[in-house]
Amino acid sequence: MAEWCEQRDALNQRLAAGQSHAAGKRVPLDRLPALLESVLRPGDRVCLEGDNQKQAEALARALAQVDPARVHDLHMVQSGVVLPEHLDVFEKGIARRLDYSYSGPQAARIARMLFGGKIALGAVHTYLELFARYFIDLTPHVALIAAVSADRDGNLYTGPNTEDTPTVVEATSYKSGLVIAQVAKIVDKVPRVDIPGDLVHFVVETGTPFYVEPLFTRDPAAITETQILTAMLAIKGIYAPYGVRRLNHGIGFSTAAIELLLPTLGERLGLKGKICTHFALNPHPTLIPAIEAGWVEQIHCFGSEVGMEDYVAARPDVFFTGPDGSLRSNRAMCQTAGLYACDMFIGSTLQIDLEGHSSTVTTSRIAGFGGAPNMGSDARGRRHPSDPWVKAGVEADPLGSPALRRGRKLVVQIGETFGEGNAPLFVERLDALDLAHKLDLELAPVMVYGDDVTHIVTEEGIANLLLCRDKDEREQAIRGVAGYTEVGRGRDPAMVARLRERGVIRRPEDLAIDPLDADRSMLAARSIKDLMLASGGLYRPPSRFRNW
Amino acid sequence: MEHLSYTVTAPRAAGGTRRQAIIGVVASGNLEVLAERVLATDTCTVDIATAARGFAPVWQAVIADFVALRAAGGLRLSINDGGARPDTVALRLAQVVRLIEEPEA
Repeated sequence: MAEWCEQRDALNQRLAAGQSHAAGKRVPLDRLPALLESVLRPGDRVCLEGDNQKQAEALARALAQVDPARVHDLHMVQSGVVLPEHLDVFEKGIARRLDYSYSGPQAARIARMLFGGKIALGAVHTYLELFARYFIDLTPHVALIAAVSADRDGNLYTGPNTEDTPTVVEATSYKSGLVIAQVAKIVDKVPRVDIPGDLVHFVVETGTPFYVEPLFTRDPAAITETQILTAMLAIKGIYAPYGVRRLNHGIGFSTAAIELLLPTLGERLGLKGKICTHFALNPHPTLIPAIEAGWVEQIHCFGSEVGMEDYVAARPDVFFTGPDGSLRSNRAMCQTAGLYACDMFIGSTLQIDLEGHSSTVTTSRIAGFGGAPNMGSDARGRRHPSDPWVKAGVEADPLGSPALRRGRKLVVQIGETFGEGNAPLFVERLDALDLAHKLDLELAPVMVYGDDVTHIVTEEGIANLLLCRDKDEREQAIRGVAGYTEVGRGRDPAMVARLRERGVIRRPEDLAIDPLDADRSMLAARSIKDLMLASGGLYRPPSRFRNW
Repeated sequence: MEHLSYTVTAPRAAGGTRRQAIIGVVASGNLEVLAERVLATDTCTVDIATAARGFAPVWQAVIADFVALRAAGGLRLSINDGGARPDTVALRLAQVVRLIEEPEA
């Protein structure tokens, strides 16, 4: 006789066990570790909500306090390994297996623990890939999530930082899993229902808002002349000729410089309305001057950004907002938008090799992927045409039959030839390969694969890899923009000159750009205070960015 | 601190009449360049005091490109370097040549 409802029975047992710590759905904060001990089973798959922005830190703290004799060998399936507690649970033996996506601040410790065998690693994913696996083979038994407020029925308000929550709850709750939410406050009526209460089983009031990292704030005061030069090259050499209107920007200073050049250089070039009208993007403070100057029609957001809440709420024609007036973000939806509905991704990286593979890991740090590989990859399932996509497709395959030719997403890597501490951006061999060898990983952690990259922009020029016809041309095109790095100095000057004649490599002078014009006076805002003033006082920068 | 010194043949003489020009600041990742018009018009010298050791081949490559591209003949260039990246060095060298070409204020 087959059993068809074992998971539902298990949920009922978890609910009954947890009920002794709750009044209705409500659990006192000091009972949280006891609640977790009663509902968790050894070996459970657990999603502890947290990504590169918001964190369910009260639940993380409580999970790190449970008795490893009762709760052990958990399989953590979560977007971000960010808080110390996320790794403490592995030190203590509460958790054993890990599948994740991003680990910025814990990058060095996670590498040490992987090497020390404290963590059994499944895989490092992109966000969208991990979310996908929540519905196929990594469905959580228990989800520990974060919201702003809840009502007595468990309806949740997540506010501007909705981010991963709907996806996590959908996968867990509809597959007979248990959902526990931390909220700052329990209220009579939530401002809007982001998560319906019947999907939420227990709620704990913490009295303090969940932590959010201001990851997407770039101080214009720190933008260098070289970054301005690369930004000018990108606008004149890529944005303008392809007419890129739908795009995603990475979080580096070069893309911040591009955002701040739109109302100045972009305006002078007559590009308003022709580029940068639709974004899959967090609310970057550096985009405020372009939004205020009427450049941007629409932005969908993965998450929010600290201090941008009031500004976003006052610009509902641009941003997606709820009936309460505040931003509604959704990471899974925005990642999908970036993958399928954007014609370009442009971002920075730490290392690029001679085939164009790029990586942000070094031998001692494994930072994970986050969302960049979704944005920075050609969507092979895409079927709708657009001018930039078709033009890139023609460049890659000029002889193909037009009606059968795939277009190409523009995937642009932008950066200075030397990074922090004079580390070269271009290398013969990625550190990711050494890390993979050291940790016995089947795949080296590559952020963007070379065959997805279409352009590389440095202060020396633009390499258009779509126009390269073989491996040698590709290598010399990359060496040809690698500046004074060893890779750059190792170029074949004659071949690089021929590539330049064909437009595969374009120098500043080929685009009528004088590097001496790359001046900070070209930026539409030169400080955080300028951004605040440009927003009419609606942008409230976090204190760490206030220096006045 | 490392001291490097280069004397190179410059195909083009520096423009303008200013005796000297200075640009940049000595700060981490930045540099200060003093240009003095004191040499024969087909010669350029570059004296570097740098906080970053072991970059002599890179300095040599930057300076070779600089004199090929910019009018640097007759200039004695003195650099105080705070570990600037090569692209910043190239930019400051170009800036100081432009500055010494400008009419006296």
